[in-house]
Amino acid sequence: MIKGNFIDNLPKVYGIYTGGFIGFIILMAIGEQMGMTSKAIGICFVAFTVAIYALIGWLSRTAQASNYYVAGRQVPTVFNGMATAADWMSGASFVAMAGGIYFKGYGYMALLVGWTGGYVLVATLLAPYLRKFGCYTVPDFVGTRYGGNLARLLAVIVLTVASFTYVTAQINATGTIASVALDIPFQYAVYIGLISILLCSMLGGMRGVTWTQVAQYIVLIIAYLLPVFWISNKIGAGFFPHFMLADEVARIGELEQQFGFVKNAAADLKTVPKGLAGITKAHSAVNATPWAFISLALAMMMGTASLPHVMMRFFTTPSVKAARKSVGWSLFFIFLLYSSAPMLATMSKLSLIDPTLPTGIIGKSIAEVQAIDWYQNWNQANLMFISDFNSNGTVELNEFFMAGKAVVLATPEIAGLPYVISGLVAAGGMAAAMSTADGLILAIANAISHDVYYKMIDPKAETAKRLVVARVLLVVIGFAGATIAAMEIQGILGSVIWAFDFAMSGLFFPLVLGVWWKRANKEGAIAGMALGLISGFAYLIWVRNGGSGFLGITQLTFGIFGSAVSLVAMVVVSLMTPAPNASTQKMVDDARVPSGAQVISQR
Amino acid sequence: MSKNEQHWEKTKGLLFVTLAIWFVFSIGIFLFGAEMNEVTGPFGYPLTYWFTCQGSLGLFVILIFWFANRQEKIDEEFGFSEKGDS
Repeated sequence: MIKGNFIDNLPKVYGIYTGGFIGFIILMAIGEQMGMTSKAIGICFVAFTVAIYALIGWLSRTAQASNYYVAGRQVPTVFNGMATAADWMSGASFVAMAGGIYFKGYGYMALLVGWTGGYVLVATLLAPYLRKFGCYTVPDFVGTRYGGNLARLLAVIVLTVASFTYVTAQINATGTIASVALDIPFQYAVYIGLISILLCSMLGGMRGVTWTQVAQYIVLIIAYLLPVFWISNKIGAGFFPHFMLADEVARIGELEQQFGFVKNAAADLKTVPKGLAGITKAHSAVNATPWAFISLALAMMMGTASLPHVMMRFFTTPSVKAARKSVGWSLFFIFLLYSSAPMLATMSKLSLIDPTLPTGIIGKSIAEVQAIDWYQNWNQANLMFISDFNSNGTVELNEFFMAGKAVVLATPEIAGLPYVISGLVAAGGMAAAMSTADGLILAIANAISHDVYYKMIDPKAETAKRLVVARVLLVVIGFAGATIAAMEIQGILGSVIWAFDFAMSGLFFPLVLGVWWKRANKEGAIAGMALGLISGFAYLIWVRNGGSGFLGITQLTFGIFGSAVSLVAMVVVSLMTPAPNASTQKMVDDARVPSGAQVISQR
Repeated sequence: MSKNEQHWEKTKGLLFVTLAIWFVFSIGIFLFGAEMNEVTGPFGYPLTYWFTCQGSLGLFVILIFWFANRQEKIDEEFGFSEKGDS
């Protein structure tokens, strides 16, 4: 490619890429009109996009440590923002978020606030200072700031626990999409997904991941926004749904009043396929206590600031100033998708439950609904279900069940959009899951190769050897994740939230105090990481095994307990032991000023 | 006070202001979620609902850019901004 001034050519390169992708969508739409089967369209979408990512991965191959670990520190702010947004928004955000809002309403929307508000903490407390430090990985910061192998190792352990919890869910999601789109069994599809993921990251490390993530962001945002705008126009809700759905939201409220939330008998619910849910909560009313909402939002915000695969994206900017701006761009690109999810949930719900709309199924006879094409398709895929519990012959609100992911996957079809949109959505979901999995696997492999192997085991290792170790670890960790994903352990998607809690339990205060409290020392950090992670984990196990918990902290917010223990332990132990030496204090002073050389000089 | 200390004092001041705004829109207003939802917000949505789907999210984006600009000004004032651009 245009190597020398590749960075200057970025807008042009990705402009051509976006144009090409839109051309491809149009080509597929024409293909559909000319009789291409839906299966062929699905295969083309997934195969074409994955092939492009693999090509970018190959073009970004490198033999330099700084390229492999931090993409040569030359990623411009806006592009780093896109890459971070793709890194951040997982397969779960893409397919499950609108569904969560659809079913749980206000209580779930704490996640929206939490997963965006966390970036304010990233921008103000951490990203610019860690960038100035010049570390390659997050444990690299901990190891340098506090000194000693034990602190470094503990940071690697927290990182691995949190990121690995997260990554299995992502590999699972790529497997699910690949198995549906390519029509192969899930057990094999998982490994196809994994190979696609590794193709992006293995040769180029962070550089490869950066440029594929930008490409993946473009695919996923088009795949999310195009259907949202199209549906809105098609059902006459307005050409810009975000500003125009107030009537629809109010109408859902009226219908909820009219139908009421009838509670189903336990025996009836047993007949509903696993994973499907009915509408039991109000759409726009406040249905959670303030503390339930705030504690979940707070846990997600602090978790966001502690997740290493996000933090390391800000190590790739050219300067400290750029790191700050880049956080803003990241959140802007995330905002584009997050603010659309509630709109999609609203349109999906209204088009299904409003009896006055042609697509509405509530109030129709059971037989009539069972004869609808899309109902049959999605019922067969185990994503939709109706049952006449009260035997009155018509579908009631409490007799209609759907899977969370059906909101994103099925709404285009219900609204009568052409199949090409469903193929596009599959490609978008694949892009979202792959980009996050890439970031996570790379974060773990880099921490082990740089911090454990290079810094602790063999500090004299040549660059070539270090990069071989890094790549071998990448493959090993990927396969370990895929193997666990292939076992299809129940509830693995819910464990995404646990990753945030683990990260915040062990890393939030050791990272923040490392910059903002000079007196924090090695002993304090070790106590903070170890006790934080252990107590958070213990709380989770206790609550999972029927423990009552306290202060309303649930298994989704156990990080609040873990991080509180971490804070207390870190402050108490730091104050009981000697202050850090002069050179460490100088290091913190240097990190607080943007100008001047990086604190760590990497070779 | 040395130049570095003054710079850090101002930086801490900006942090405090930024986090105060952040606190209000991520935590503060949701203490009154039920009451606030009775009010009609922008574009006709119930107010709390609007904050959870657009308001708070959008404000965070603006807040980060505002913070980044203010911090740059502080760095420039003390001659601590980086050479070169981007």
